[in-house]
Amino acid sequence: MSNRPVLEPRKALGALALLAFALVLPLSVSDPSRLNFFVLILMGAQMGVAWNIVGGYAGQVSLGHAVFYGIGAYTSTMLALSLGLSPWIGMLAGGLVAVVFALAMGWPCFRLKGHYFAMATIAVAEIVQILVTNSDFLEGAVGLSLPLDRSGWGAMVFLSKLPYYYIILGLLVVTILAAWAIERSHIGYYFRAIKDEPEAARALGVNLTRYKLIALSVSAFLTAVGGSFYAQKEMFIDPGSVFATSISIKIALVAILGGVGTLMGPVLGAVILITIEEYSRTLFGSTGSGTDMIIYALMIILVAVFSPAGVLGLLQDLRRHLPGSGKTSETR
Amino acid sequence: MTADILLQVLVSGLLIGLIYALVAVGLTLIYGVMDIVNFAHGEFLMLGMYASFWAFTLFHVDPVIALPITAVLLFGVGIVVYQTVIRRVLKAPMLSQIFATFGLMILLRGLAQFFWKPDHRLIPDSLVSGNIALGPVQFGLPQVIAALGAVGVTGALWFFLHRTRLGTALEATAIDREAATLMGIDGQKMFALAWGIGAACAGIAGGLIATFFPIFPEVGSNFILIAFVVVVLGGFGSVAGAFLAGIIVGLIEVVGGFVIGPEYKTAIVLSLLLIVLLVRPKGLMGKA
Repeated sequence: MSNRPVLEPRKALGALALLAFALVLPLSVSDPSRLNFFVLILMGAQMGVAWNIVGGYAGQVSLGHAVFYGIGAYTSTMLALSLGLSPWIGMLAGGLVAVVFALAMGWPCFRLKGHYFAMATIAVAEIVQILVTNSDFLEGAVGLSLPLDRSGWGAMVFLSKLPYYYIILGLLVVTILAAWAIERSHIGYYFRAIKDEPEAARALGVNLTRYKLIALSVSAFLTAVGGSFYAQKEMFIDPGSVFATSISIKIALVAILGGVGTLMGPVLGAVILITIEEYSRTLFGSTGSGTDMIIYALMIILVAVFSPAGVLGLLQDLRRHLPGSGKTSETR
Repeated sequence: MTADILLQVLVSGLLIGLIYALVAVGLTLIYGVMDIVNFAHGEFLMLGMYASFWAFTLFHVDPVIALPITAVLLFGVGIVVYQTVIRRVLKAPMLSQIFATFGLMILLRGLAQFFWKPDHRLIPDSLVSGNIALGPVQFGLPQVIAALGAVGVTGALWFFLHRTRLGTALEATAIDREAATLMGIDGQKMFALAWGIGAACAGIAGGLIATFFPIFPEVGSNFILIAFVVVVLGGFGSVAGAFLAGIIVGLIEVVGGFVIGPEYKTAIVLSLLLIVLLVRPKGLMGKA
């Protein structure tokens, strides 16, 4: 138990190769819709890695993460519209508002275990969505538009998709580094203890609520940052596009599908999920046909029944069973 | 004048509350017996609504008459869901259990959208239609019939659980699974039964409201959250508690919507959830 997950040279090399691949990838793409597809994958991955900190490592399944996403999007947009503040600052402000909100909602909700915590998070997100939809101050159901006249890095508004690609790639890297740092630190151990052996952890003097609140706050901050990015990329937000239950579901799905509680699982999950979404749309026509829902629902059920560790866990199992692979066991 | 309005509001709340109670009893029964929250419960209600719709559209069978068929159909769906998915995650980590029923929720919505389109549908000219007058206030007959049906089914379920051998075995499993198994009760059979009954209750609720509520693939999402509030307020696993809580939630929703504004009625009900969790986490009639 005492050995910390050290950075193996092989893994470090793999991570660098992956990053190099991600850096040069857009240079080979000229089609803007294709580039947008990559941006969507990175956005999904960033949300999933952020969710994973509370839902995966600490095992507190939130199905209401859209509330943080929406808070991020609305905070940076409102600050830009009313004070002319740069979204880079607005992003941090949105993250902080999300943390305050996370602490306020975590306090009552963490009295609930498991299934009921998940339900309560849906309820909170739904309440906030209703309040925003009916708020005159936030333009209600009409939504908010960012002005197009200011463009460039300060205003984080670009005509090309390329800068957005590199910004979200940067945010994803920061989010992964944050998750990695937590995974390696003593906090990460407490999170896993809360998830696997809450009673034992409590008996050993771990303040469960405090660590659950830390997990939720970090996750909320990073999710809100992703929300601010969404607002900058789309230049328009309304309650339905950032606070909707479907966003919460997608955030959780990415992590569940790829591998809950693993560092790169959500990235894999995002690649799978967004690809299914895009291709079922082009293959079967409109979004209303439900085929994308059916495909990823079947994947979720299969993962739940056969491989709780997600697709990444499935791959690791396969590799372990292959002859010639030196590794026999993973620490977790 | 204001007394009339008050009466009208209170009775509307009571009528819808009885439906909420019926949806929530199934949810609380499944939770009580096996500690699993069925995120797909609203989808059972949705299937019940579509069963009524197709019985009416294809075979000209009125929703009221189709109810027993809907109940049997949904009982079957509950059993199939249990046997194919839930049985396999009984011993799995909690995360897997959440994802399993959560996946079912998305699957059933997706299937409904695929086969029946995302359109809102209505059942026109049902056998029960029109209004009945109670002094100065008027109520839709379908709503009244639905509420009476909900009371009847919830009452029958209570009778089954407390006055029949099979029902008592189910209750016993809910109270102490280990002890019940030692007494010779087949746990697997009880779990399957809980899913069958739970799904049937939600399906009947769907059939009852199909005459006056739009039918669409995602209709369950409105009800699952409210059913959850009812289960928490009533006390996890308590059928009697869910019945009482259903009425209270219905009243709060309608009265709150009337006083503060109808656009906030769902938010009011959901806030109630947080209040209960803060003030009395075990609910009205909960055990733990």
